[in-house]
Amino acid sequence: MRTLCAAALAVLACIGAVLAAESPDCAVPAHLADADYPLPRVAAAVDQARQLDIVVIGTGSSTLAGPGGADLAYPARLQVILTKRLPAVKTKVVTSVKSRRSAAEMEESFEKILEEKPALIIWQSGTVDAITGVDPEEYRATLDEGVEALHAGGADVVLMNMQYSPRTESMIAIQAYADSMRLVSQQRQVPLLDRFSIMRHWSELGIFDLHAATKKLELAARIHDCIAQLLADLIHDGVKLSREQPKAGQ
Amino acid sequence: MPPAAPAQRDLRLDLFRGLALWLIFLDHIPSNIVSWATIRNFGFSDAAEIFIFISGYTAAFVYGRAMRERGFIIAGARILKRAWQVYVAHMFLFVIYMAEIAYVSSSFENPLYHEEMGIFDFLKQPDVTLIQALLLKFKPVNMDVLPLYIALLLGFPPILWLLQKQATLALAASAALYALAWHFGWNLPAYPSGHWWFNPFAWQLLFVLGAWCALGGAERIGRFIRSPIVLGLAAAYLLFALVIVMTWHFSSLAPYVPKWLSEAIYPIDKINLDVLRIAHFLALAAITVRFIPRDWPGLQSVWLRPAILCGQHSLEIFCLGIFLSFAGHFVFNEFSDAVFVQVLVSALGIAIMCAAAALISWYRKIEGRSPGSRSKPPDADLAGGEA
Repeated sequence: MRTLCAAALAVLACIGAVLAAESPDCAVPAHLADADYPLPRVAAAVDQARQLDIVVIGTGSSTLAGPGGADLAYPARLQVILTKRLPAVKTKVVTSVKSRRSAAEMEESFEKILEEKPALIIWQSGTVDAITGVDPEEYRATLDEGVEALHAGGADVVLMNMQYSPRTESMIAIQAYADSMRLVSQQRQVPLLDRFSIMRHWSELGIFDLHAATKKLELAARIHDCIAQLLADLIHDGVKLSREQPKAGQ
Repeated sequence: MPPAAPAQRDLRLDLFRGLALWLIFLDHIPSNIVSWATIRNFGFSDAAEIFIFISGYTAAFVYGRAMRERGFIIAGARILKRAWQVYVAHMFLFVIYMAEIAYVSSSFENPLYHEEMGIFDFLKQPDVTLIQALLLKFKPVNMDVLPLYIALLLGFPPILWLLQKQATLALAASAALYALAWHFGWNLPAYPSGHWWFNPFAWQLLFVLGAWCALGGAERIGRFIRSPIVLGLAAAYLLFALVIVMTWHFSSLAPYVPKWLSEAIYPIDKINLDVLRIAHFLALAAITVRFIPRDWPGLQSVWLRPAILCGQHSLEIFCLGIFLSFAGHFVFNEFSDAVFVQVLVSALGIAIMCAAAALISWYRKIEGRSPGSRSKPPDADLAGGEA
């Protein structure tokens, strides 16, 4: 299934359906980065409150280790990019990121996070569940409940799936968990940042060499910057969709 | 007495099991461009269903005869010996897997993948990991089929006995177990969390169904599955599955699936062998037996010989296929994953599987003929291979 998508992607890329991003490296075919669903609470925060609070809930792949790593990771980059794109809005991105947490463990922290009334939660999960072999059906149920709880708490949700990691691809059964997340995204109508397909697209076109072993942060920082840009595009898209159909999702 | 099983082995079984082994090999190489052509991309079921169904069929064919001729104890003992062989093969594959992750853990480093490196934690506590693997609780990715096969063989002697006494009752019991497993969520535990990826309480249904067909069931329902109505239904269902699966490949099509339909069919559960998957497999099987009769001349052709040979030595070729999929992934990472390399690795892997199958056949032949060697079990030759 994935490779079929990849083949289709390559064709799409060739015929020029490429999204113009700030850095040309980050370009991906439109269908990988567009929001399929609106973000009404974010739209309200941007248009009315002029204040956008975002919380990134995630695990190890939502941060970078080492000195200055957190500033290079996508949550910090997202704040910089959004501030630049929305100069009239006070944007703040905070993180609740801790390694080795399953989706169920992250869900336990939701209540506390929602007290701050963020307009948007970016929920990254999956890798830890795949490594420890949580039942994919259980994982799907956790995501489903989690999204429901976040919506009930007044926040929009963007789901983010796993990284594409060619070296460990034969060791971690990602696909079942990625499929679960896609299903929740469709049934709950929340946008999905398909990090897995996006990174695989970059790898296949040779834009980034994800096979290479390195101790340096440089490649990781560039990837995180691109992910932040695509997230910003996705948020922009979701807001636009909400303005076009103002009642949707509420 | 149920009708006696046909005396001649059905070469179609070997052919399709051989093809299933090729598909399993192709599907197990991650991001392999060639695997887009495998059946899982065109419907709900995949090679695992074919493999388990045919394994049940051949197990009943080989051990059913042994049970009729030599009794429950002898046949049961041979089935358990087979389970032991599969267990040893599984442990051999596990060692190869550990070698692979140990190599990657020492040669690969990238701060981007800090989180993914968590998979190497298993190496840090070999005392736990190895014991959990021996208990079949820790099963690395793509190494779930053999443990399922072991579990199915362990439970097979009484089922086979019942199938020969009261075939319909045995099939009903199997279906009841499937239903109970769904209702109560029965499955075997796995390490470090979760459950088996192929729930033996659910997947046994396909294995027993295969065995039931082998012991005369296929004749009983032969006219039914060849009827034009069944054929039409099967074709319609395959088309429906194809359309649904296309909406997975092209996410822009997904909104066209009505909400009620998506709520009714999703998730399509592989772990517990979703009814939609069984139905898809049965539809494929009905169409296959309709168009490829038992005496189809093509089965004798040299072109299909390699696949038939692979299907006749399924355990060895399955293990080789898993090993080759590791090796193929290694080539992609270390050298190149250009499209032509992917095609080349896929073709070469299948060629190696065929060559190995031919070599095993040759060994069987010279061992069978050499003077003083033990005579083979009476049915193995006829069976053209093993269960």
